[in-house]
Amino acid sequence: MNSIYLDHAATSPMHPEVINVMTKAMSEVFGNPSSIHTVGRSARKILDDARWVLAKSIGAKDNEIIVTSGGTEADNAAIFGTAYALKEKGKHIITTQIEHHAVMHACEKLEKEGFEVTYLPVDRSGRITLESFKKALRDDTILVTIMYGNNEVGTVQPIAEIGEILINHQATFHTDAVQAFGIEKLNVDELHVDLLSVSSHKLNGPKGIGFLYQRTGTPLIPISFGGSQEKKRRAGTENVPAAVGFAKAVEIAQQEIELKKEKFKTYRDLFIQQLMNDNITFEVNGNSEHTLQHVLNISFKGMEVESFLVNLDMSGVYASSGSACTAGSIDPSHVLVAMYGNNAEELRNSIRFSFGLGLTDEQIIEAAKRTSTIVKRLLN
Amino acid sequence: MVETRDPSQIRVVVGMSGGVDSSVAAYLLKQQGYDVIGIFMKNWDDTDEFGVCTATEDYDDVIKVCNQIGIPYYAVNFEKQYWDKVFTYFLEEYKAGRTPNPDVMCNKEIKFKAFLEHALKLGADYLATGHYARVEERDGETVMLRGIDQNKDQTYFLNQLSQEQLKHVMFPIGGIEKPQVRKIAEEAGLATAKKKDSTGICFIGERNFKEFLSQYLPAQPGKMETFDGKVMGTHDGLMYYTIGQRHGLGIGGDGDPWFVLGKDLERNVLYVGQGFHHEALYSTSLKAVKMGFTSNEEKPKNFSCTAKFRYRQEDTPVEVEMLEDGTAHITFAEPVRAITPGQAVVLYDGEVCLGGGTIDEVFNNNKKLTYVG
Repeated sequence: MNSIYLDHAATSPMHPEVINVMTKAMSEVFGNPSSIHTVGRSARKILDDARWVLAKSIGAKDNEIIVTSGGTEADNAAIFGTAYALKEKGKHIITTQIEHHAVMHACEKLEKEGFEVTYLPVDRSGRITLESFKKALRDDTILVTIMYGNNEVGTVQPIAEIGEILINHQATFHTDAVQAFGIEKLNVDELHVDLLSVSSHKLNGPKGIGFLYQRTGTPLIPISFGGSQEKKRRAGTENVPAAVGFAKAVEIAQQEIELKKEKFKTYRDLFIQQLMNDNITFEVNGNSEHTLQHVLNISFKGMEVESFLVNLDMSGVYASSGSACTAGSIDPSHVLVAMYGNNAEELRNSIRFSFGLGLTDEQIIEAAKRTSTIVKRLLN
Repeated sequence: MVETRDPSQIRVVVGMSGGVDSSVAAYLLKQQGYDVIGIFMKNWDDTDEFGVCTATEDYDDVIKVCNQIGIPYYAVNFEKQYWDKVFTYFLEEYKAGRTPNPDVMCNKEIKFKAFLEHALKLGADYLATGHYARVEERDGETVMLRGIDQNKDQTYFLNQLSQEQLKHVMFPIGGIEKPQVRKIAEEAGLATAKKKDSTGICFIGERNFKEFLSQYLPAQPGKMETFDGKVMGTHDGLMYYTIGQRHGLGIGGDGDPWFVLGKDLERNVLYVGQGFHHEALYSTSLKAVKMGFTSNEEKPKNFSCTAKFRYRQEDTPVEVEMLEDGTAHITFAEPVRAITPGQAVVLYDGEVCLGGGTIDEVFNNNKKLTYVG
């Protein structure tokens, strides 16, 4: 039985070309980019080349890119860095109820430190409204952090519109674009964002690397201390081979973005169509208009997610239920809670399928068929 | 049902706690060629202020062991069911002045019910656990036998399992003695080989019992009295004491040590008396409720067998009289000390565990001991 990986929003396989350039970098360039000698300079050269690719992919300048250990660090650096830098101007932060934990838990920590956080609610499709945002915005708001596309249900927020509202406001505008980057074309000027987080491993790059875009002039207090790498914004010797691989992954993603969108849209339709052919009762969670095409979150009437996922695994279909859980803890997804309320059945019966590199139409149909078989068996 | 299939065609879900017993259970089944899946069950959340949770550490051990054995692993959460079916009962019993046995209830309602159902949903043929007990096919039925290691035998806690449950159960280490289990784990290099056995009630763990209980039930201190009405001191709350208990009374003076003889819930008084063999601690029969049997065969109205009234106690010969309402009157061959309402009475015919019930009332020569609860 061939296995079908439909959990690309959790992490994705590395592209063969990424592995190639990294292998080359690892075997040929080992220097420390901060060293003043020839070996160091050759490392610096490929790091700078990589940084340039990263910057260009979002319409930024290369000195606006802080390379981090991943999306979580980028989010943390943005949120704590801004809050500490602007605390004299106010203590108010605006975010949403559906952020990734890397944002949500950072905001909760700041609340404990005396900052005041507004968590904007979302509608049943997972979208905030501009009205509620405008209502929440105050003169002493110093940070607005709202994710671009949701990792669990795929819903895309009106980032450019929010950015526009904030043009003449003191607040720094951050967006967590970890799930959207490589799927949607992002331009920091069109979005009017000051900070933007990205992770490599979601788009077929290596794990352990990401970046934070910092618009020139946006104040940030560093949260790690040590050497003066990344213009003193992020201490620690750079992970050069990973940066090279990351840049290659970004380059490929940029070229294929439209193609991928089309492809993932087809996958969604095929998957849904197959479930309908099999007479399965289900609802798609999220927003049909404003969505990341690679995330397909489905609520299956009468199902229980725990045994469902294990059965999917045993049938060779690898999916997940929103956020990853530990030791059998089933804190219901805060995203679904925000969308449907505390006692909704969607909290217990929703599965996220997410698409990416290396899939075929046939595999998608096969995965949907196996899903149907399990649903029918368990509902009997 | 006698298995004729090749083990590789038989899927067994092993309930893994992160301890050495269930680790070895999974290991042995894998060695025997079964299609084994390890599942960790989370029933209780004890996450502290630093985010440390026993379950997380135990699940980490399950992951290590499953990777060593080469089997898939998953986790499942039964916190809600556990709270509703086991913990609520546990508190209710304490409120009623009795001493509950949550492990018996957990086996009946969670491990071999909710968890068994979960395993069957995953296409499992059997659910295996690391209990010290055995199952065997006899005349078309599955019988439950004591574990070979008499010191570790856990049938006392499994007495409420029905024939339907037992049909789907495997106890891979029931035929092995504990030291041998450790040895197998060590030889296989399992991560849990040297892990300390858990003690006490699972959700309380190593913590202070009094402190734990006081978080859920208000403690009402009161007087400690002898049956003659002599006040001997104060108690911290009746729920903290169990019949026959010696420690924690704090009564000094001359003569034999003091023991808990009983409770008066209405007056909030703890009865105490001197001497391990105080006559008030002895009884000759009991009434058991919620009787359940491991066999579907109809029981005669009267029968003789042996019984245990608490875990790891020697068997006592008894006469059982089944009553119409599913209760039983059980008469002992000789007086037994410190029988405690709320605990299980478990019946045996030689090696076979017949079933059991919950001790409800206790009698001495047909006179009900009103003070034991």
